[in-house]
Amino acid sequence: MTLPAPVPDITPETETFWKATATGRLLIQRCAECERCVWYPRFLCPACHSTDLLWTEASGRGTVHSATVTSRGILDYKDAGSYVLALVELDEGPKMLTNVVECDPAEVFIGQRVEVVFHDTGAGVALPRFRPVTEAVAIPGA
Amino acid sequence: MSIRGKAFIAGAYEHPGRELPDHSIPRIHAEVALGALADAGLTLVDVDAYFCAADAPGLGGLAMADYLGLRVRYTDSSDMGGSVYLSHVGHAAAAIAAGKCSVALITLGGRPRTTSLRAPGQLMGAPPEAGFEPVFGLNVSAVYALAAARHMYRYGTTSEQLAEIKVAASLHAQHNENALLRKPVTVEQVVSSPMVSSPLHRLDCCVVTDGGGALVLVNEDIARGLDRRCVKVLGHGEAIEHSHGGWQDITVTGAVRSGRDAFDEARVTPADVDYVGLYDSFTVTALLAIEDLGFCAKGEGGRFVLDGALQAPHGVLPFNTDGGSLCNNHPANRGGMTKIIEAVRQVRGEAHPAVQVPGCEIALAHGTGGWLTTRMGNATVILGREDA
Repeated sequence: MTLPAPVPDITPETETFWKATATGRLLIQRCAECERCVWYPRFLCPACHSTDLLWTEASGRGTVHSATVTSRGILDYKDAGSYVLALVELDEGPKMLTNVVECDPAEVFIGQRVEVVFHDTGAGVALPRFRPVTEAVAIPGA
Repeated sequence: MSIRGKAFIAGAYEHPGRELPDHSIPRIHAEVALGALADAGLTLVDVDAYFCAADAPGLGGLAMADYLGLRVRYTDSSDMGGSVYLSHVGHAAAAIAAGKCSVALITLGGRPRTTSLRAPGQLMGAPPEAGFEPVFGLNVSAVYALAAARHMYRYGTTSEQLAEIKVAASLHAQHNENALLRKPVTVEQVVSSPMVSSPLHRLDCCVVTDGGGALVLVNEDIARGLDRRCVKVLGHGEAIEHSHGGWQDITVTGAVRSGRDAFDEARVTPADVDYVGLYDSFTVTALLAIEDLGFCAKGEGGRFVLDGALQAPHGVLPFNTDGGSLCNNHPANRGGMTKIIEAVRQVRGEAHPAVQVPGCEIALAHGTGGWLTTRMGNATVILGREDA
């Protein structure tokens, strides 16, 4: 079943982030003072309180930090059935709530490597979700 | 300055209703206010301070003070979700200690069972994370499940261990004639109940009930003049814990800080506590609180709750003897209030005889409001006998 792709609440603070999703880029903010990456986008760094946050393009790769198969969706997900809500730790450090898609929900596991995919909302922006990384397997003798 | 021994809980009342389709929410607030004041031997005329959460009808406490006809000189309608009533006890005690008021009324009322549930984060307009959570189908059970799954991964905690928490609550609830769920359940029944958000099953989740509760706090002079046995507020602590820009440890709650502050103020340790009321929105909520308040080492909660540790009257740490929110009551989707009310019953020696902890002198009530994984309010109150 295809997950709903609701249109996000876009504010002046988050407009840059959402515009980039239209071209398949996952932006995150990095603090110029303490160099930590921050999720979700905001006006100031919650670690050192500097307002010098710079947009940077994330690798789009991460690791499943935790995941649940939930069947209790609300709002746009009321009729979504069972789906995976996950906390993905980006390779840049911060963890973000998202979905893991393109696989059997029961096969998602903590520690799994995932990569970003963008799901169009139909309103000019796309939702960053993640799918399992299919690592290239070296075939002996090939 | 400390609030230790400066304020007393003189009245506590839990609404007996669990389905109240014909009650307005203001009426529920009024019924519990009258109940708690009657318990104290006081009336609405005596009240000079009013506390409610931001979900009370109207702007802050204004509409309810109007509806109840209160003459208020001190008010606080701050909110931290279901944990806020413990916070309000601390705030009321501080106001009483400072001489700002002498009789504080705290009320809770709501009807989530007979009206539709509200979505998380939808209470007061769009919060800053609004664009980044609901779009992925965040729901309450799922964010608690994420913490549970990570705790299992990191510490080897099992579903069977979480189920022991529900089993203890259900054994207590059988003695509470008002409890929504009075039938004892087994570990096997919990783990074989339908999965809601893995690894949390249906029976890992609290009930949804209408209803409410209220408390009355008074200063020492008034407490001395009342016939009713009062309960002394010994300490309080609160903490907001959150996502730290995406760097949070989702297996740890703000109970680490709120508990430490409350124990320091009360000048007691976990070993001194005879009874605990722990907000049990889900089994895992209580598990994390047990660890973070210091009743066992971090990661040991799953093993700690085995062998009837939480079962009253003789367990190592008797908890939620009214059946808690897992079985008894979760009015307005806010479970902090009933945790204090049952703690007051225990310290007064008025819990059901089957679950009354013998010689209960020190009780702790703790709430975890909002959400695990993302952001939560945490508040801890430590109560003692009047002569403590």
